[in-house]
Amino acid sequence: MARGVTIDHVTFGYGATPVLEDVSLEVERGQFFAFLGPSGSGKTTLLRLIAGFGTPTTGRILIGDRDVTRLPPWSRNVGMVFQSYALWPHMSVRKNVAFGLERRKLARAEIERKVADALELVGLSEFADRRPAQLSGGQQQRVALARTIVIEPEVLLLDEPLSNLDARLRVEMRVELRQLQRKLGITAIYVTHDQEDANSIADNIAVLDQGRIQQIGTPLALYDRPANRFVATFLGTANLIEGTIEPGGRFVADGITLRAIGGAPGPACISIRPQDISVAPQGNGISVRIAEREFLGGITRYHTQAGAQPIVVDVPHRRGETVHNVGEMIGLIIEPAQVSVLR
Amino acid sequence: MSALSTIAVARPSFTARFGGSPAQVAILVGVALFLIAFMIVPILRVILVAFTGRDGGFTLVHFSDFLDNALLRDSFWNSIYVAAMTVVLASLIAVPLATIIARFNFRGAALIHTLGVVPLVMPPFVGAVAMQLIYGRNGSINLLLNEWFGFRIPFMEGLNGVIFVEALHYFPFILLNLSASLSNIDSAMEESAQNLGARGFTLFRRIVFPLALPGYVAGAALVFVKVFDDLATPLLLNVTNMLAPQAYLKITSVGLTDPMGYVISVIMILCSLGAMALAGLTLRGRDFSTQQRGGGGLSRRDMGRAGNLVAGAFIVFILLLVLSPHIGIFLLSIATVWSYAVLPDGFTLAHYANVFRESGPLISNTILYCGLAGLIDVVLGASLAYVVLRTRLPGRKLVEQVAMSAVAVPGLVLGIGLLRTFYDVQLPWSGESLATFWFMLVIAYAVRRLPYALSAATAAIQQLHISLEEAAENLGAGKLTTLTRIVVPLMTGGLLAGFVTSFATAAVELSATLLLVAHAADAPLAYGIYVYMQSAAGRGPGAALGVIAVVVVAIATYLAYRIAERERGIKSRAF
Repeated sequence: MARGVTIDHVTFGYGATPVLEDVSLEVERGQFFAFLGPSGSGKTTLLRLIAGFGTPTTGRILIGDRDVTRLPPWSRNVGMVFQSYALWPHMSVRKNVAFGLERRKLARAEIERKVADALELVGLSEFADRRPAQLSGGQQQRVALARTIVIEPEVLLLDEPLSNLDARLRVEMRVELRQLQRKLGITAIYVTHDQEDANSIADNIAVLDQGRIQQIGTPLALYDRPANRFVATFLGTANLIEGTIEPGGRFVADGITLRAIGGAPGPACISIRPQDISVAPQGNGISVRIAEREFLGGITRYHTQAGAQPIVVDVPHRRGETVHNVGEMIGLIIEPAQVSVLR
Repeated sequence: MSALSTIAVARPSFTARFGGSPAQVAILVGVALFLIAFMIVPILRVILVAFTGRDGGFTLVHFSDFLDNALLRDSFWNSIYVAAMTVVLASLIAVPLATIIARFNFRGAALIHTLGVVPLVMPPFVGAVAMQLIYGRNGSINLLLNEWFGFRIPFMEGLNGVIFVEALHYFPFILLNLSASLSNIDSAMEESAQNLGARGFTLFRRIVFPLALPGYVAGAALVFVKVFDDLATPLLLNVTNMLAPQAYLKITSVGLTDPMGYVISVIMILCSLGAMALAGLTLRGRDFSTQQRGGGGLSRRDMGRAGNLVAGAFIVFILLLVLSPHIGIFLLSIATVWSYAVLPDGFTLAHYANVFRESGPLISNTILYCGLAGLIDVVLGASLAYVVLRTRLPGRKLVEQVAMSAVAVPGLVLGIGLLRTFYDVQLPWSGESLATFWFMLVIAYAVRRLPYALSAATAAIQQLHISLEEAAENLGAGKLTTLTRIVVPLMTGGLLAGFVTSFATAAVELSATLLLVAHAADAPLAYGIYVYMQSAAGRGPGAALGVIAVVVVAIATYLAYRIAERERGIKSRAF
């Protein structure tokens, strides 16, 4: 496994609540990686540390096998696309893209060729002599991307690059970004607070909250096997049930008993996705009362109560099928295989 | 994993320890030293002298001398009276104008905005003589009144004259601040109050007035302080029983050693600070400008026919008043003789010929001094703004506050302080005193105008999103390249505007100039105007110089405005 970026026990900030606390992770070369978390989780700070805007209080950052922890931003050769794009308003598109190459003291002819190639790649060849202010948001985004990839950085850093685009453009750019990254075979790290962005684009996701890594894994693994409450609820909807695992592997909570889910005995919290629960006539499984019903198009969502424990159930909707009413008693079946035991 | 054993414990670098690089520390220290040497020490010197007795010890005897002197006591109350009455008169002009712009759809709104700038391009002392000729006892208006109705109105008698001239010059400060406040009020604020049942006077009292008050008080305080500190206008109107003229006369006629000039300076500083503090106290917890979304101001109503007529008449009346010093000074500059007459007896261009023949040095001195002062201000202002906004150096806020407070330092006090502090410092090459060397004027201008350049630079950097710099560093540009290729080009407009503002206001500064000009050959334009205006024969050429100064300042102000507008255009389209 070729190493792309290594974050080695990085802490940033001082005091009782540092911005980042003992963060370690590895990004493989050529991988598309995402840092996912709510605002204030430290994800952008981590990205900025990789770019060199700030130095970790402790820990190391490696790009390939090179320790860059103490290198200034301009010596790192990592390309960053800023959330605001940060295009220089006093320079033409061409000048913006050429800037990094000029810093690398390339021959003029080579700069021209590379700038032309980069603009071609993002489909903006005919806009080379415009000022950034004369371009649309999506076009500005492409210029920012061209300006970054033209220097052939070892790592491409993307700080919420799609957050300023409207919903439709956002989906388009997401696909384009992924294709571009594959074509260039470049290591990319993408910061976002949007789980859909992260799920659709990334090979691997690191979920951050309060300066700590909560879980690292593929989008599917994070969704199906969340490690803790935060990951379970941040990625999609989850029913969290507090209870106790008995020595035999049986889970017992107020009004709920589940057989043979395994796990270490003692107090535990389990997570079940609403669509992993099936509905049965009353008398089967866990007996619940329907408190609220939402029709969401493809599915019907029931907010049910098992005693004091709320459980949300999603049922795929088919025309002609029975719909249960508020106040009705039904049974819920939860298969042990669908249950995640959280830390 | 072996990584545990290789955890790098960061040794805090210079930058981490001090919050900035060595170069940034040097910049901050440099600006601080400039302010200490040419502002803080001179002012402290003034204060020290005021409290030092003949034996060199601490004493309050000079202050009791001040209180025992009937003329000085009168001067104090006169200064307070003039400053306060100017605020009242200026408010009578500014508040209706601001209300008309904010409240109504009025076609003359552009005219009002122009009205808000026109007085500022001419320093009050230039217009004072012309005002005397128009509104004085034997001026145009009173001659007509006397002929037609048999009475005169003492517009220009004694303190009235000062109040009248200053109010016409300074009302824009209230107009501009109040208008800004009013236009910041989100119309939804007013609408939600109406929605909840408030209207008419209740609406005004509970919603509009409290939200507009900060702008009004800020403007009024500024007018009070400016008038209280003004030296040139009373001097030119021959009013000497006010504080600033008294201090000036003590220093220039009795000498640098007379303590009374310093005592008056201390009292002037205290009054300036007092007015500012009072304004601050009034506004404490009341500045809501940052909490509002700036919804484009109150909802505007149409004025009826009568309303339009009244408003139009009021504005034309104010416009005539405001333009009268400009018209007067222009007439004076082309008049053969204008005395005891409604209009000049005849017209000539001889004064201009005279001025261009004899007063070349005045103009070139002004350009040299003010150009240098503007340059110093831009360099210091931009460096300081950069350090304040882009580093975490300790003390940077303090240096900024000190630099900004120069706006409240009376020119007269700074002049006295510089004179006293550097009188004994000799130039190594000529043995001349540093205090009377022409460069001291440049320094005095630079200190007092630094706040303008600093705010212009601060605004320019604030508009410059930090990611623009980070993007350059990310692409391989070092700090210096980033500065020269990205920061400076993007700040050019703001800095230019700061330079022009410093230049234009320094060109008509007279308080410090009067004290620091030692040789006629070193004198700038403002000083020349003042000297010419002293004699009846010099009024023509003085007025011609005044017109030249007004034209220069007007062009500079217009340029600054255009640059600022263009910059805003580029920046707003960029994001």
